[in-house]
Amino acid sequence: MSADAIVEVAGVGKTYEGRVQALVDVSLGFPSGKLSTLLGPSGCGKTTLLKIIGGLIPATTGEVWVKGRKVEGPGPERAFVFQDFALLPWATVLRNVAFGLELRGVPTAEREEIARQQIVEVGLAGFESTYPHQLSGGMRQRVGLARALAVDADIILMDEPFSSVDEQTRRKFQEELLDLLRRKQKTVIFVTHSIEEAAYLSDRIVLLSPRPGTVSKIIQPNIARGQRSADEIRRDKNYLDAVDEIWQILRRYVA
Amino acid sequence: MPRTHRPENPRVLWHLVSFALVFGCWEIAGRWPISVAFPPFSQTVLALLRMLADGSLPKAYLSTLQPLVIGVILCGIAGIGFGIGMGLSRAVEWFTLPVFIILQAAPMAAIIPLITYIYGIGLTAKVLAVVFLAAPVVVMNSYKGIRNTNPSLIQMCRAFLGTRSQEVVKIILPHAGALIFAGLRLGLAMGFIGVVIAELLITPTGIGDLITYHSSVADYPEMFAAVASIILIASLTIHGLERLERRLFPPELRGSS
Repeated sequence: MSADAIVEVAGVGKTYEGRVQALVDVSLGFPSGKLSTLLGPSGCGKTTLLKIIGGLIPATTGEVWVKGRKVEGPGPERAFVFQDFALLPWATVLRNVAFGLELRGVPTAEREEIARQQIVEVGLAGFESTYPHQLSGGMRQRVGLARALAVDADIILMDEPFSSVDEQTRRKFQEELLDLLRRKQKTVIFVTHSIEEAAYLSDRIVLLSPRPGTVSKIIQPNIARGQRSADEIRRDKNYLDAVDEIWQILRRYVA
Repeated sequence: MPRTHRPENPRVLWHLVSFALVFGCWEIAGRWPISVAFPPFSQTVLALLRMLADGSLPKAYLSTLQPLVIGVILCGIAGIGFGIGMGLSRAVEWFTLPVFIILQAAPMAAIIPLITYIYGIGLTAKVLAVVFLAAPVVVMNSYKGIRNTNPSLIQMCRAFLGTRSQEVVKIILPHAGALIFAGLRLGLAMGFIGVVIAELLITPTGIGDLITYHSSVADYPEMFAAVASIILIASLTIHGLERLERRLFPPELRGSS
């Protein structure tokens, strides 16, 4: 395991209600400042693994270490972005973005100041006082992302954040996410079932096998991103190779 | 041409038309006459005005509203308390839920003699009749409101380091607010039923007394006026609360995000 792994998963297994084995003996490290994806067929336990790392559900066996400390529950160095956005329907965008800070007891003026900055960062300036039901799926997830950024965690855990967002919005969002993360130097663990999304976004792709999920292969696409546009990246040989390599592995799992 | 057309106006018009239609039929049926005991609409209205003028109707309502208001306030405090307790704690749920399920299913008219037997014929008995009828719906609504909290929001709260009490105050209670309020509204509706049953079955007081008395001396317009007045007051109150509910808890701010 690499020395600069900020998150280390050691022998993690998860059995639900003593019957369903979701994960078995997963061991891997997530390098600091990189974007790693957990990719696999549905039901492979990738969301379960993410939630175990997030401290939202306990592992049945094994341990997770974050920044050298054993995970016993959620922590301030990890922030979560949910598949279904998990926004408070009765709260404005501003309050939703500030909600993590509100729970930490940050004074109103201070947390709203931070929230306003994050709202600008995710491209929602002007929507501070709208309610989630007035926003499209893509915009709601920007709120979810801004909320995660507002608590200034080192690690952002994203659970299929774009799965309820239409394709065009998703592509735009992906580009902006890459840009944002490059500037913020965050460690991101990203769950997806989209091969293209994984290859496009990731520094590192962790392929999980079907249930019970375990690490099947780790791929490092090694795409030189630099200042290149999204289209250039999508024509990059390494990008196309990664997509192909992933598909060659995953196709065996598809019944 | 500027659009001054407001969608409200035709609706109000239709409301008026439907009222005119119903009251017109009532008038015709009363004059036919269907039965000597069925007064036309106009006579009922006149009787209502007479009872307002001689003070018998206001006096009756003063005494009817007493057990109703006390009972509904009791349900509001204790009922919502029990409901929230049941929603939050499995132990309270195990202990309390069966009681309210039984109360909800029990035919109230059959229990009223029992209440009279134990608590006599005074205010206590009438308050209890209101409480027994109104409490189950208040409690069950609060309980369901709490239990139906979107689990994803609770997980979000935990992920962002919310404590259990923050989870209750900032997620669960706001989420349940609309259902709790709806429970209170339905509780009040049941309370109206309870208080009239109590006044008819326990001792004739208030509006129950007006109905029984005027029917016994064959003052049918007065009897109908008393019946119509309680229906009118109950529906207006419930309707008003429903509008307040929509204003306090707009449906689009309640749904899942």
